[in-house]
Amino acid sequence: MSQTLLTVSDLSVHFARRRLNPLKPRELVRAVDGVSFALSRGTVLGIVGESGSGKTTVARAILRLVPITYGHVRIEDIDIARLQGEELRCMRRRLQYVFQDPYSSLNPRVRAGAIVRAPLDVMDIGAPSQREARVVELFEAVGLRPEQRSLFPHQFSGGQRQRINIARALAPEPELLICDEPVSALDVAIRAQILNLLRRLQRERGIGLLFISHDMAVVRHMADEVAVMYLGQIVERAPRKAFFARALHPYSVALLSAVPTVRGGRRRAARRIRLTGDPPSPIDPPPGCRFAPRCPVAEARCRARMPELREASAGRWVRCHLVCADRAPLQAPPSAAAHSET
Amino acid sequence: MSAEATVRSEHPTREAARVFMRSPAAVGGLLLLAAILAVALAGPFVLNVDPFDITAAPLTPPWTGDALLGTDQQGRDVLIGLVYGGRATLAVGATAALISILIGIAIGALAGYFGGTIDEMLMRVTEFFQVLPALLFAMVLVTLLSPSLPTVALSIGAVSWTATARLTRAEFLKIKQLDFVAAEHVIGAGRNRIIWKVILPNALPPLIVSATLAIGTAILFEASLSFLGLGDPNRMSWGLMIGSGRSYMLSCWWGVTFPGLMIFLSVLAISLIGDGLNDALNPKLRERR
Repeated sequence: MSQTLLTVSDLSVHFARRRLNPLKPRELVRAVDGVSFALSRGTVLGIVGESGSGKTTVARAILRLVPITYGHVRIEDIDIARLQGEELRCMRRRLQYVFQDPYSSLNPRVRAGAIVRAPLDVMDIGAPSQREARVVELFEAVGLRPEQRSLFPHQFSGGQRQRINIARALAPEPELLICDEPVSALDVAIRAQILNLLRRLQRERGIGLLFISHDMAVVRHMADEVAVMYLGQIVERAPRKAFFARALHPYSVALLSAVPTVRGGRRRAARRIRLTGDPPSPIDPPPGCRFAPRCPVAEARCRARMPELREASAGRWVRCHLVCADRAPLQAPPSAAAHSET
Repeated sequence: MSAEATVRSEHPTREAARVFMRSPAAVGGLLLLAAILAVALAGPFVLNVDPFDITAAPLTPPWTGDALLGTDQQGRDVLIGLVYGGRATLAVGATAALISILIGIAIGALAGYFGGTIDEMLMRVTEFFQVLPALLFAMVLVTLLSPSLPTVALSIGAVSWTATARLTRAEFLKIKQLDFVAAEHVIGAGRNRIIWKVILPNALPPLIVSATLAIGTAILFEASLSFLGLGDPNRMSWGLMIGSGRSYMLSCWWGVTFPGLMIFLSVLAISLIGDGLNDALNPKLRERR
């Protein structure tokens, strides 16, 4: 029905640590280790995971802000993982980025209008005489007043700065927009405004959106499809409804049960699945399933052999030995799954 | 929202100028430097004499004869020397500081932006220049190039850029990691734009302060070289006056004191300006007031 816009296959980003002992081999930090997914034109893929799971590195690798160790990133049929120089610059029109931190992502010495205009000037989009009109149009689209173009970033609030960020990202009319936790630095009261703005612009313009967040509620609001990352790998990928109705991977189940709700109160909180310990280090991760050391239902084979990401049922991919068909090995406490209204 | 109530947009540079003008010491320094510059630039046109001319008996003390500040061991008027000498001293100071800043920024920017092997190589070169005694090295350069105002300025500039290079590199290392630089990559900006139009303007405030202070250092440097007899002997400068008068210091105190005082006042004025700029351009200090 819809064409595939972005295909990420086996994407890996490894960082070599500085060698302290010259005799030992260099230690590799496997920040992203074999991530694959696809994003259709005009849909929203939400990537969730805890801090350090590699969500941001995936985004930065797709944008070629960090070097890709191996793997492919294709926009339609063009593999951008290998592009260099002018070809890479031309590709950048098609994918844009909204940063997590609205405070450090705007050049403090440049006026808001010039910030939004910069992509048009740098990539030479449209006639120079029409660019100012385009900036005005973008300011209106993101809910800023055109006369605010002459202000400097420090004169805006966090939410307004994020609107400038979105306007800048939309300026070259990208087909793919990557948002890295665009609301986590904002006040709760402003979050809904920015999320609704993103969703509206995404729908109006038919942009593919890769939405990264650690907040399950935000992903549920935004995404059409959900991918869960744990320690540099995708452990589960599923359409939103199916995922929130019944997650399959034990880690996803634990994540969902940790979402605080008003209903249920303390009784429900007491039944929440509590994960103990920290994720293992991405340097020399364990040989088996990366979640095994913390998994409440792990078996011997989980620790011995890494499970593959396989299609458990139609459209639902999961990286777990214990999931058969679409039966989850770890069940959420009853009241947690009871009110999955979506 | 309160930010929307006032659509006021003051450019950061103008805001800095306002803070600068509020500081009495900085304004005092600016006025002092303006006065010195005015005399040095306009004086020779008004007087229209040769500063090396003999005008009165040698070693006339100040406030006794025609020469207001006395004459030196060769009968040259000290006041005329001061007026003419200001040009050479200030010009060499400013040019040398400019040369040193340009070299320092270029090397520091490239080292900080590219990192890796380029950084290693450029920093080793910088360290090489840092460990050489700067004055000695400048003396060697001046001797090799034969003393004249341009060569003196070039020599001073060539030995004094290391601090600027390190400062620029540190700023670049800090700024290149910020998200707005990543944003420039995302919108397809090239290296030249990112280095010179995005990172450098944000690195400028501490560099402006350092450049201002570098003028003061360069003036002192020029004076030292002239004092050692390595300045341009055909151009009157404050350093030359001190250098030629040093053997008569006890019998002719005015021959060295007045040019020394002028050097002191110029460097003081420049330091006060530098300090004021530091307060005006450093946002962390600004928040305190």
